[in-house]
Amino acid sequence: MPVSVEKMVKVFGRPQSLNEVRFTYCPGCHHGILTRIIAQTIDELEIAERTVGIAPVGCAVFAYRWFRCDTIQAAHGRASAVATGVKRADPNLIVFAYQGDGDFASIGTAESIHAANRGENITVFFVNNQVYGMTGGEMAPTSLIGQKTTTTPDGRDPALFGYPIRFSEMIAQLDAPTYVTRQALYDTKRILEATKAVKKAFTNQLDGKGYSLVEVVATCPTNWRMKPTEANTHVAEVVTKTYPLGDLVDRG
Amino acid sequence: MGERLLLRGNEVIAEAAIRAGCQCYFAYPITPQAELLEHMAKHMPKLGRTFIQAESEIAAISMVYGAASAGVRTMTSSSSPGISLKQEGISYLAGANLPAVIVNVMRGGPGLGDIAPAQADYFQATKGGGHGDYHIIVLAPSTVPEAGKLTMLAFDLADRYCTPVMLLADGMLGQMMEPVELPEPVDPASLPAKPWSTTGAKGRDPNIIRSFDLDPEILKQMNLALQERYREIEAKEIRYEETATEDADIVIAAYGMVARIAKSAVRMARTERIKLGLFRPITLWPFPYSPLKELSKRVKTVLTVEMSAGQMWEDVRLAVCERAKTPFYGELGGVVPTPRAILSEVKKHAG
Repeated sequence: MPVSVEKMVKVFGRPQSLNEVRFTYCPGCHHGILTRIIAQTIDELEIAERTVGIAPVGCAVFAYRWFRCDTIQAAHGRASAVATGVKRADPNLIVFAYQGDGDFASIGTAESIHAANRGENITVFFVNNQVYGMTGGEMAPTSLIGQKTTTTPDGRDPALFGYPIRFSEMIAQLDAPTYVTRQALYDTKRILEATKAVKKAFTNQLDGKGYSLVEVVATCPTNWRMKPTEANTHVAEVVTKTYPLGDLVDRG
Repeated sequence: MGERLLLRGNEVIAEAAIRAGCQCYFAYPITPQAELLEHMAKHMPKLGRTFIQAESEIAAISMVYGAASAGVRTMTSSSSPGISLKQEGISYLAGANLPAVIVNVMRGGPGLGDIAPAQADYFQATKGGGHGDYHIIVLAPSTVPEAGKLTMLAFDLADRYCTPVMLLADGMLGQMMEPVELPEPVDPASLPAKPWSTTGAKGRDPNIIRSFDLDPEILKQMNLALQERYREIEAKEIRYEETATEDADIVIAAYGMVARIAKSAVRMARTERIKLGLFRPITLWPFPYSPLKELSKRVKTVLTVEMSAGQMWEDVRLAVCERAKTPFYGELGGVVPTPRAILSEVKKHAG
């Protein structure tokens, strides 16, 4: 029997803080999920009018298009330093940096570590999909041992290219950070957990508690040459062995 | 007017920045500008303003990018090798139309060079420096008091044209002490509004700060807008000084500390009845091509003197365009020319 529209209850909608534009992300990529979670958290905390987002260079370079709040597009790797400049200029702003693994954990290593070490009162999202997506699937600092990429066609050999870098663990051994966590988005349970982590990372900043980092172990079906469902399984069964999920620091 | 103090060039630049309303300063230590950083470290926190000793020059200029986006007056300072590292950020600031002040207290190069005064960063400062089609306004003080005045002006020009502005000094100017009357502090309420800044989208649409667009047609328009602004700056902001040029047969073209040394050479030459004058660009970009062109019609020789192998010399030759002879005298690697050495160069070409 047909139900009239009037009697339907809206249980799910696009967050106010997410613009009505189409993502440039590939099917099965987790960037879109994280972007949505951040936008709905901004809504929930009612901070859209005082939030400034920093977009990186990489697949998320267009992050300034997705979020309906003030945004800044930063140079490659410098998002945490740019976030520092914004936050220090106006501590009442809620500032978040959105960075990929190349941006955050390779070319931006110094900026990432030192913003954390100063305990900047900012929120950083670090999307670790173990590959350079935007430029065509090259090795990332986080690529797994043996992972085939366009610059490691025979698989990542640690003798030549080093080991997957557990960057959040490096941040976690600093004295200043308030909250460092590694999350994933491969199933509903994980999405709900990650949503809680995102909210906590923003709430810490609202409460003036200092630096929060949410790493998200994400998929890149296109460059992994996998179907989206295979990519999810790969994260759950393989990637999380190198990058175990959970809180690394919680001083909140 | 304010009290008269005996201060180092680096301290005057720092104090002038504070008085210009600089809210956020970010820098990394390097000789010969360390006193600037130290002055800011001592005074900015007391005023409730931001001082960060950044982890690198790249981080410092990126913090400037953030603070400028948030609409406050902001500055970084360094010396030659550090300025090379900042070029990424300066290009982004230019591309994103952000006002900021960058101080370069030049030292000898290339590479690590030395810590003595030099002028070998002229190309880098005036021809873009980083990637892409852009210019920044470049101001070159030749005395400690002028360094203070031009620092204040740098903030005004940056805000007026939404562009990075560089104060281009050298190690000698940074280190030397002179009596100075410090400029009066700027009233924060008198500063221009920045409706484009990322201060939270309350009661307005979100603001976006960016230097790029993947659509070549849109990026072309962004570039054309930059170029239009550069033409306006060239039309309105050229600054220079002429000394004893009215009856001159030969003029020295020099900027910064070298221009000051050349003034002594002018005095010495005049006692020997050599009709020597001085043309001193104060804005290196925009370069005062037209005034120098006019001057070159009245003189026989324009002798360029620099602490470089001949960088401003190229602009001098463009301006003079063979209307007069254009010899060059340069010292390299941190060696500073003396008035006597300049005068003996003049004598080679005078008469």
